[in-house]
Amino acid sequence: MIRAIAGREWRALFLSPLAFIILGVTQVILARLFLGHVNLFLMLQGRLASLPNAPGLTTLVATPLLGNTGVLLLLITPLATMRLIADERAQRTLPLLYSAPLSSTQIVLGKYLGILGFYGVIILMSLAMPLSLLLGGELDWGTLSCGLLGLVLLAATLAAIGLFMSTLTRHPAVAAMATFGAVFFLWIVDYAGHARGAGGAVVAYLSIVNHYEPFLRGLFDTSNVAYYLGLTVTCLLFSVRRLELDRVSVR
Amino acid sequence: MSRSEVLVETDAVSRYYGKSVAVADMSFAIRRGEVLGFLGPNGAGKTTTMQMLTGNLAPSKGRVLIAGHDMQTAPEQAKRHLGYLPEHPPLYRDMTVDEYLDYCATLHSIPRKGRKAARERAKARCGLTEVGGRLTANLSKGFQQRVGLAQAIIHEPDVVVLDEPTVGLDPIQIREVRGLIRELGEDRAVILSTHILSEVQASCDRVQIIHRGQLVLNEGIKELAARMESQVLIAAFRKTPDQGLIQGLAEVRSVDVLEDRRLRITHEPGRDPTDALVRLSVAQDWGLYEINPEQSSLESVFVELTGAAAETS
Repeated sequence: MIRAIAGREWRALFLSPLAFIILGVTQVILARLFLGHVNLFLMLQGRLASLPNAPGLTTLVATPLLGNTGVLLLLITPLATMRLIADERAQRTLPLLYSAPLSSTQIVLGKYLGILGFYGVIILMSLAMPLSLLLGGELDWGTLSCGLLGLVLLAATLAAIGLFMSTLTRHPAVAAMATFGAVFFLWIVDYAGHARGAGGAVVAYLSIVNHYEPFLRGLFDTSNVAYYLGLTVTCLLFSVRRLELDRVSVR
Repeated sequence: MSRSEVLVETDAVSRYYGKSVAVADMSFAIRRGEVLGFLGPNGAGKTTTMQMLTGNLAPSKGRVLIAGHDMQTAPEQAKRHLGYLPEHPPLYRDMTVDEYLDYCATLHSIPRKGRKAARERAKARCGLTEVGGRLTANLSKGFQQRVGLAQAIIHEPDVVVLDEPTVGLDPIQIREVRGLIRELGEDRAVILSTHILSEVQASCDRVQIIHRGQLVLNEGIKELAARMESQVLIAAFRKTPDQGLIQGLAEVRSVDVLEDRRLRITHEPGRDPTDALVRLSVAQDWGLYEINPEQSSLESVFVELTGAAAETS
């Protein structure tokens, strides 16, 4: 049942030009950034060779590109997730799901897995460029897979935030703006909060980037995993709750 | 399963929107093999009731039982027995009719092997065999309505809830849909809402009239027909008749004078004074040239009931 909803979501995405334009634009931008990273590496290559323990291809090209993909996901998320529930409301198709023998949890998980599949495609495509470096060099698989895990967790969290925002309204544009606001806020929240005692620490902990950077450095810390999973699960639970409230609502 | 098993039962169901009452203390039951017409003016609470029956809206008070399962505590079991066509057919505009119906079949847990057969059966019943490959967005309103109907019956539910099923259809399609509703009503419970009275007369076994969230009438269609039986004759004469003589007839209750030497004669229920009146007219040479029972339609019953309810509230 969850699979059917996910499949329908996935198809709906690819039936509209939106998915393709997102993939295309992402790819062009990442290609430009990739070129920049490779250029920098080529410039530094001579000096790096003389250093012991010098940063390699992975650190200078592959993980920065994963970092860029993370930033792009932040910008893509509002557009990719805005339709999820809001559009069903606008098209008045939700009664179909509500009167079928499905729980709200199944609806939410189906929608979530559908959009996660799309993020999977974005991530795989962004990975193609660093992997092409294998043609002429070597990659540090440990660091790369750690960074990849971070990216997947970040994507999962962003998708969950977007899904929740989409359950709140019947206008996809409103959902998009709310998602953008929420995600961007989490992104910049610690810009003003540097080193100001306990409060600063809390603000820094909230930041969605602060938990991503260690992954890119090849540092696997369960507390960062916990941050992403916690945020994801919270948003999903809120979404389920919101759908249930639909039936009770006093409109 | 006996044919008369109760499939839908509501127990003092109420629904408030803020302080306003959309549906108040509504209790009724529907048995297998019954077609129930839900009749009421716009805004009477028909759609709210249907949404509560189908689990799209939680009642503020009271219980809804579908095939013995409580919609509140066991919604998934209850919904297995339910097919619902909302006011606005819930179509995905980017899917073809076949894809859409397959998706609906999956949502209603029809196993993969049976899906194609279920889809073809539903399409044949709703006259959709020709349009399987077309996008639902490109279909006319009538066809969209039929796709919505196919969606509601694809999983062969025991209870079919149809919210204004014939809106937007042309007269031929309306006749087809009424036929389909009759057919469905043979071995299931069908509930349909409408504000078109002839629709109820054409396809229902039982009528419930709802006004301002309250049931004002719950009757079989036969009892309703009896209620509608005329008790009024309109007679037209060439010469002015003597009212007193007519009043003197045993069956006549009262006589009112209308313009053009017409009389409105109210008589005792079941005792038609036509014969006596004709004999009297011939004897007195009044020149009776027209005599008609006044059409008492469902409309007048409806107006009478809802009007009366409006006064008391």
